[in-house]
Amino acid sequence: MPGNKTDAIDVRNAVKRYGDFTALKRISLTIKDNEFFTLLGPSGCGKTTLLRMIAGFEDVTEGEILLYGDEIESLPPHLRPVNTVFQNYALFPHMTILDNVAFGLEMRGKTKAAARKRAGEMLELVQLSQFAARKPSQLSGGQQQRVALARALAPQPKVLLLDEPLSALDLKLRKAMQLELKHLQRETGITFIFVTHDQEEALTMSDRIAVMSAGKMQQLGSPTEIYERPRNMFVADFIGETNLLEVSVDEVRNGRAVCHLGGGHALTCNSVEGIGEGAKVHMSVRPERLFMSDVPVEAESLKGRVAENIFVGTDISTLVDLAEGPQFIVRTSNSDRGNKRIFEPGSEIFVNMELGAGRLLMD
Amino acid sequence: MAHVNENIKSYRGFRSITLLCLVVLYAPLVIVTIYSFNASQSITNWEGISLRWYADVFTGPESEKFKVAAFNSFTIAIIAATASTAIATLAATAMVRGGNFKLRTVSFGLISLPLMVPEIVTAVATLIFFNAIGFTRGYMTILVAHIAFCIPFAYLPISARMQGIEDSFEQAAMDLYATRRQAFTRILMPLMAPGIISGFLLAFIVSLDDFIITNFVKGAGVETLPTAIFGSVKQGIKPNIMAISTMLLSISIVMVTISYFVSKSDNTK
Amino acid sequence: MAAGAASGGSARADTYKDARGWLLLPSWAVLGIFVLGPVCMMLIYSFLTKEFRGGVIWEPSLAAYDQFFFDRGLFGDEPPTIEWTYITIFWRSIWQAGAATLLSLLIGFPTAYFIATRPEHVRPVWVFLITIPYWVNLLIRTVSMKFLLRDQGPLNDFLIGTGLIDNPIHIVNTNFAVQLGLFYSYLPFMVLPVYAAVERYNFSLSEAAADLYASKWTTLRRIVLPAVKPGVVAGCILVFVPSMGSFLAPDLLGGAKNFMIGSLIEEQFKGNAGNWPFGAAASMILLTMVLIILMFSARQQAKADKAGG
Repeated sequence: MPGNKTDAIDVRNAVKRYGDFTALKRISLTIKDNEFFTLLGPSGCGKTTLLRMIAGFEDVTEGEILLYGDEIESLPPHLRPVNTVFQNYALFPHMTILDNVAFGLEMRGKTKAAARKRAGEMLELVQLSQFAARKPSQLSGGQQQRVALARALAPQPKVLLLDEPLSALDLKLRKAMQLELKHLQRETGITFIFVTHDQEEALTMSDRIAVMSAGKMQQLGSPTEIYERPRNMFVADFIGETNLLEVSVDEVRNGRAVCHLGGGHALTCNSVEGIGEGAKVHMSVRPERLFMSDVPVEAESLKGRVAENIFVGTDISTLVDLAEGPQFIVRTSNSDRGNKRIFEPGSEIFVNMELGAGRLLMD
Repeated sequence: MAHVNENIKSYRGFRSITLLCLVVLYAPLVIVTIYSFNASQSITNWEGISLRWYADVFTGPESEKFKVAAFNSFTIAIIAATASTAIATLAATAMVRGGNFKLRTVSFGLISLPLMVPEIVTAVATLIFFNAIGFTRGYMTILVAHIAFCIPFAYLPISARMQGIEDSFEQAAMDLYATRRQAFTRILMPLMAPGIISGFLLAFIVSLDDFIITNFVKGAGVETLPTAIFGSVKQGIKPNIMAISTMLLSISIVMVTISYFVSKSDNTK
Repeated sequence: MAAGAASGGSARADTYKDARGWLLLPSWAVLGIFVLGPVCMMLIYSFLTKEFRGGVIWEPSLAAYDQFFFDRGLFGDEPPTIEWTYITIFWRSIWQAGAATLLSLLIGFPTAYFIATRPEHVRPVWVFLITIPYWVNLLIRTVSMKFLLRDQGPLNDFLIGTGLIDNPIHIVNTNFAVQLGLFYSYLPFMVLPVYAAVERYNFSLSEAAADLYASKWTTLRRIVLPAVKPGVVAGCILVFVPSMGSFLAPDLLGGAKNFMIGSLIEEQFKGNAGNWPFGAAASMILLTMVLIILMFSARQQAKADKAGG
């Protein structure tokens, strides 16, 4: 089947096996042109394997990979017009910064002078011109990171692959680099495929995210979709903080599902296709979608007792024990303190949520 | 706190034993070096400093024998070290960059075979082998035997070095459009240089120093420095032997020292 | 997170996976033809008939092994009794090598321990100092040792000069001289593995022992030694094995009375007087002993690795 010339990467039924171990279990996904696409998942989920298969460092056991419509899965890495920013940067330690950036251009047949000229421009782009003559070991982690980026972008790849490039940086630098990467992607118009295990990083930067676990794709969607409408337990639990409740579905009617969660508590939420009456499933409720009051406010109100307040800077997390039911986490933003109340531990209160705040999950 | 910690680790007497150990190791070498400058005809009496025995090595009655032996020793050492380093570099590339394979353990066993088999057994076996295939013993048999048993000495520092170099450097090169050959010559080889140099130097010393195997496979009339020295020492230690020994041990120490500093210079950081 | 660990089972770099056959070919060829091949040839020779001017006659024979183990009288027609001559030489070699190993351990362990407890940046310098002499020609070292220990040598001169003794001590041509020579030849082989083991040892275990009222020597015996035992075993084997087959130290320092396997083998190939099949058989017996020891140690090492996780 010919590929679509306008899709940057098309992965079709990709399988990767190492002996008895299957690292990727039949993955299919399409990455659009000019997209900031993120592969997100815990370590060992297969995201790096998939990235390395696109780069050409790992053989594809089964399936195809197409780059702008051309099959590339059997090409060696040096014949694929994609470049990689490595996790540890992999800057050649025996070459200067300038020669590092010029390397790919030289290998593509540019003269040494032309390659160095273009490399100089790339260094200007990442504001490291003054370090051109230095060796990688003389640069800080953040600077090395930018050199790696300049080196990978210099030959103008069709797709840029980034393998957890920010994981070695400290928090502040990481935040700054997240924005810089996002801007760079917009300026260059090159498709970025970004691998990370940090869900916050993924939500901040991506146009679309593929959440992976145990060699399988769990959900593919925009950051909002993934966060607001997780498809299954794994995604709900992995992305952000959530209350995961074991519920059984009593009744499904008019797009609503009435569920009870033990101890006589009941909640209504939007029904999900494939989850019918009598099903025993999980419900996810984000803690920031809950608020407390001393009298029931919304239709969805659960009686409980405050166990503990935990101050976490911008928010306060409150642990609430429902009578003979599960424990809830309620998050109140400090900026919301005007209209939302915080109660002392031991207070008898109600936990309220709007209709539809809860989400039923598959598996 | 550091003081208390030090007490728990250290044992009385261990320092003295270490110093004793160094004295035992170095005393014979130092003494021979000193006596090589002895002006006396006898090796027992000290008659002041002189270079006469060094002059004797180069111009004395045995000088012709030593010159030929030195020529054999050094040419064999250079060729054997070069060949074994090249072979060991290829083998290390396969062993360290070749993934998992069934014959890995066997290959490693084969490479370290000269280290496991007692030297005298290797010597006997090599002699028998050349005899069986009807190869006349001489310069070539020494050379071939040296190439073979120098391989593990070259292999060990080279493979250790390659293990220390992450393969992401070569991957980055290939990702940047270098072919595998270009990645090898432009990236891996320069990073490997310290390991290859120290492998070469160790192989060189081992070849230069070998006595037992050479003694078995050399055949009549062909001598290297160690076999010439051994032949001479059999009739008693003479002062000119001490001079030649001092020169030879200085070469070894200089080369080991170079190898040490080269392998210490880490260009991957 | 490293890619290899993440993908499980592919931890080893495999850039040259497809070329490894070609890359290994030269080493396989050279070592196979010129080391492994000769050892096999030696095995065959040990079962051939001797040629009186050296070399062999291609007729299968057990004579070499028979001569090694059995005495059939001067004309070979008496009922066989056990031949003790060669077994005694082997036994002496084992004994001498064992004594040299013990000496190396007694001096080498404290040395290795001391070096391993130095500040990290000076440890390589100490290790380097210990290993330098090893790289000096073994022949030169042994000759130097002989020069030093001679009756009229500098050591005796020194001892007489200081008035400690009146007459020179005879060291050369004794068992002790051979042991000293072997110790001197192979000491670094003891120090290096023990050092590596002690360096990996977690000294908070010693602190915990001290905290639980163990004296320092008890801590050494009960805590440190068991932890570094694999290194000690490796060191002992590395000294014992080459000592057993050594030629130079017994030949130059031991004299005729202190004959060891190495000299026995060497004699069989010298000039025209030797017995090649017998020399090959003696070499095979030595090699078999060494391989048994190495296999035993490899098994011990594997066990220790497993126990250590």
